[in-house]
Amino acid sequence: MARTRHVLPGFRLSLGFTITYLSLIVLIPLSMLVWKASTGGWDGVMNTITHARVIASLKLSFTTAFTAALVNGFFGLLTAWALERYSFPGRRVLDAMVDLPFALPTAVAGIALVTLYAPNGWIGAWLAQYDIKAAYAPLGITIALVFVGFPFVVRTLQPVIADLSMELEEAAACLGANRWQTLTRIVFPALLPATLAGMTLAFGRAVGEYGSVVFISGNLPFKTEIAPLLITMRLEEYDYSGAATIGVVMLIASFLILFTADLLAQWNRKRTGH
Amino acid sequence: MAALIDIHPAKHRTRVRRATAESAWSRWLVISIAVGFMGLMFVLPLVVIFQEAFRKGWEGYVEAFDDRATMHAIWLTLQVAAITVPLNTIFGLAAAWCVSRFWFRGKRLLTSLIELPLWVSPVIAGLIYVLLFGAKGFFGPSLKEHGIKIIFALPGIVLSTIFVTFTFVARVLTPQMEAQGQAEEEAAMTLGANGFQMFWRVTIPKIKWGLLYGIILCNARSMGEFGAVSVVSGHIRNKTNTVPLHIEVLYNEYQFVPAFAVASVLTLLALATLILKTLTTTKRGAA
Repeated sequence: MARTRHVLPGFRLSLGFTITYLSLIVLIPLSMLVWKASTGGWDGVMNTITHARVIASLKLSFTTAFTAALVNGFFGLLTAWALERYSFPGRRVLDAMVDLPFALPTAVAGIALVTLYAPNGWIGAWLAQYDIKAAYAPLGITIALVFVGFPFVVRTLQPVIADLSMELEEAAACLGANRWQTLTRIVFPALLPATLAGMTLAFGRAVGEYGSVVFISGNLPFKTEIAPLLITMRLEEYDYSGAATIGVVMLIASFLILFTADLLAQWNRKRTGH
Repeated sequence: MAALIDIHPAKHRTRVRRATAESAWSRWLVISIAVGFMGLMFVLPLVVIFQEAFRKGWEGYVEAFDDRATMHAIWLTLQVAAITVPLNTIFGLAAAWCVSRFWFRGKRLLTSLIELPLWVSPVIAGLIYVLLFGAKGFFGPSLKEHGIKIIFALPGIVLSTIFVTFTFVARVLTPQMEAQGQAEEEAAMTLGANGFQMFWRVTIPKIKWGLLYGIILCNARSMGEFGAVSVVSGHIRNKTNTVPLHIEVLYNEYQFVPAFAVASVLTLLALATLILKTLTTTKRGAA
């Protein structure tokens, strides 16, 4: 690759522009966040983080995002498998629909979901018969986060399923395994790293999600108030360092989650040899 | 090999079940779970949007747009997209060019940075600009002195929208350009083209479908951004309310038909984006 550097032009121009743009839009503003969080000193940071309402909101954000990731792991695996291995009418439409949460504005998704799951909504009314409260409860937040995270699991798994070597499954079948044994002992272990990687990405995306959640959550302090919402409330109170501190905590969490996803992706490459 | 061993059992119909295929009923079960899940999670919300938008019929739908605040929100959103999308397209082209064509130190770090907007909460994307330019922010006092407004005004909305959407053109183009290789560009250069000619006559024609999809996706996302813009906009009606923020206002005022009518426009934009993605899949060389 080093040789081609002399043939193709624009290396300095494109890299210079990219780095300048990223510095102005991302790096300088993000470093502001860390600086502002530290202005309150260590005590200020601890005061913000140990505040009961902040802890409650972080706990809620992480548990709902985690539950949503689990749900997405199951349905995402089945959907990716169906899309890659089976042919059925509407397969292409279904495949295209997977990306809907990427393209649909979060606020639009939010008002649609709350209309569906509110006590007088189509699904909400049905759930109400069984005394299940979806909208304005953690369940509703989880549903919104399932919506948001689903494409990450499916899109991570699809290429891996397409690349699975059929020879392994054939060998298993030749050696007398039935289909269920082949699936659970050969196929599923091969898909596990990619499934976990996809779930981690979905989890990371869901933790910070705002637009699709605020409508369905009800935003009750200590009960259904997610961490990103608390940031906006701190800002409205002009508590900049408090907002920045919660932001930094979420940012660190995102980096850890991303790092985990990267490790899982490496594990996947090692196993599949790609 | 490929002719002897069928690697795509799903694409052919045979009566005899292969040892590497599931039984008909378990296939049926998996397909119905997938279809049922996506129907419940994805299709039903779409149906609800249009059902609510047309609750008062076609006239109610049209009437929803006969409103000064709505028209202003649409105008503002068009302005934001008109600034954001070209800038992010240039960034996407530059980033995809240096990442896909060259090897350099810190390339992995750079690609992670380019993907950052997908993982950073949109609220944080708004927050950082408030910390920089807000009344009590880093540059706040000096901006006030010069009478420049960034937060609660168009510049802040544009900045946070750029942050949230700069990744999309780059993310679509980079894998495509890596897969397509650079032989044609090298040929153009050795045949005496200058960099500008090579870019317009070789690279752009090669990547045009990916570029188109990237731009449309970036556009859909910039018109639909909610969290980041909500933090910096200040929700001033007829001034700083973009379409998604206006939807929130309408919804909170229990004006459901107008809220969903406006939402349906963004939904159609999203559906058009998905259709374009599907149509350009093979042309982009994506699997």
